[in-house]
Amino acid sequence: MHELSITEGIIKIVESEAKKHHFNKVNSIKLVVGELSGVFPQLIQEYFNIASRGTIAEGAELIIRRVEARMKCNECGNESIIERHRLRCKNCGSLNVRITAGKEFYVDSLEVD
Amino acid sequence: MEIKVVKQILEWNEDCSNEIKDTFEKKNIYMINVMGSPGAGKTSLIVNLINELRKYYKIAVIEGDIAGQIDAEKIKKMDIPVVQLNTDGACHIEAMSIKHILQYFNLDEIDVIIVENIGNLVCPAEFNIGEDIRVAILSIPEGDDKVEKYPLMFSTSEILVLNKYDMKSYFDFDDKKVESVARELNPNINIFRVSNKTKEGLNELVNALKNAIDKKIKK
Ligand SMILES: Nc1nc2c(ncn2[C@@H]2O[C@H](COP(=O)(O)OP(=O)(O)OP(=O)(O)O)[C@@H](O)[C@H]2O)c(=O)[nH]1
Ligand SMILES: [Mg+2]
Ligand SMILES: [Zn+2]
Ligand SMILES: [Zn+2]
Repeated sequence: MHELSITEGIIKIVESEAKKHHFNKVNSIKLVVGELSGVFPQLIQEYFNIASRGTIAEGAELIIRRVEARMKCNECGNESIIERHRLRCKNCGSLNVRITAGKEFYVDSLEVD
Repeated sequence: MEIKVVKQILEWNEDCSNEIKDTFEKKNIYMINVMGSPGAGKTSLIVNLINELRKYYKIAVIEGDIAGQIDAEKIKKMDIPVVQLNTDGACHIEAMSIKHILQYFNLDEIDVIIVENIGNLVCPAEFNIGEDIRVAILSIPEGDDKVEKYPLMFSTSEILVLNKYDMKSYFDFDDKKVESVARELNPNINIFRVSNKTKEGLNELVNALKNAIDKKIKK
């Protein structure tokens, strides 16, 4: 169910672009999905194939770029990747860190005819 | 031809959530989003919270369930305005559903809205619904590995309630471990050990919520 609302969101974006740019066919859709977004891309294509039937997005291939989660320590300035959601600085052990990447979930671009 | 788009996919949910936030800001309403597994004790906690918080605030409840009216009827018996939101199979509540349901309440007569989200540790955490605070419930019988297994829920909640604490001696539940894992996911999380049966630990939670509510709403 949840994948369905996501794929519907993607289709809405494609449809609103189609109004602006007047294309007839979408070959591929580039998505950016951060590791902390909670979205697991494996199933999106299959749901998308079903949900996009009869829309301008029908037949498009989803190209997914995963973005790893990263943090920066507010104490020592160290930057590193976040593993298993753990927000502890790998250099000094502080929990005073901020997330700098990994929450992304957006349509980056469309390849159209 | 390539068209650059760069648009958030769940943007409509964010927009809608912000719209609800604006409405509640104007109407001076505080919203609590209660999340946790099926049977973790969401309704039991909400009933106990109502009994305490109604001394200070006018409360209303939105009961999210995939089907049925059981939980809403429990709240209605307490003479509290309640609307059952049936998601027809969907595993989480989206902001749009909350927005549509607000017309059933008299917002001028409400200080605090408590939402019982769908019993699920996964995707309710991905959808903001206009809430001011998220309360995640983990009950002792579910096991002490759940924070580790469902990190998003616990990393986005301000409050973690370890519920059914009265049953702790029957389970190998290492609450120190849960606490330290939760803090690594979410350094500012506030953790409460509660029994909704004996009401142990409830006072501390009520006081924390009261402080948070009073910070926002003017009486
Ligand atoms: N021993 C004990 N039982 C509890 C406690 N809190 C809730 N229960 C029991 O746990 C069961 C489930 O509680 P509910 O409050 O219905 O749980 P819920 O999370 O609302 O469940 P759903 O709405 O179905 O997802 C009921 O039988 C409650 O009486 C507690 O602190 N201790
Ligand atoms: Mg319930
Ligand atoms: Zn550091
Ligand atoms: Zn869902």
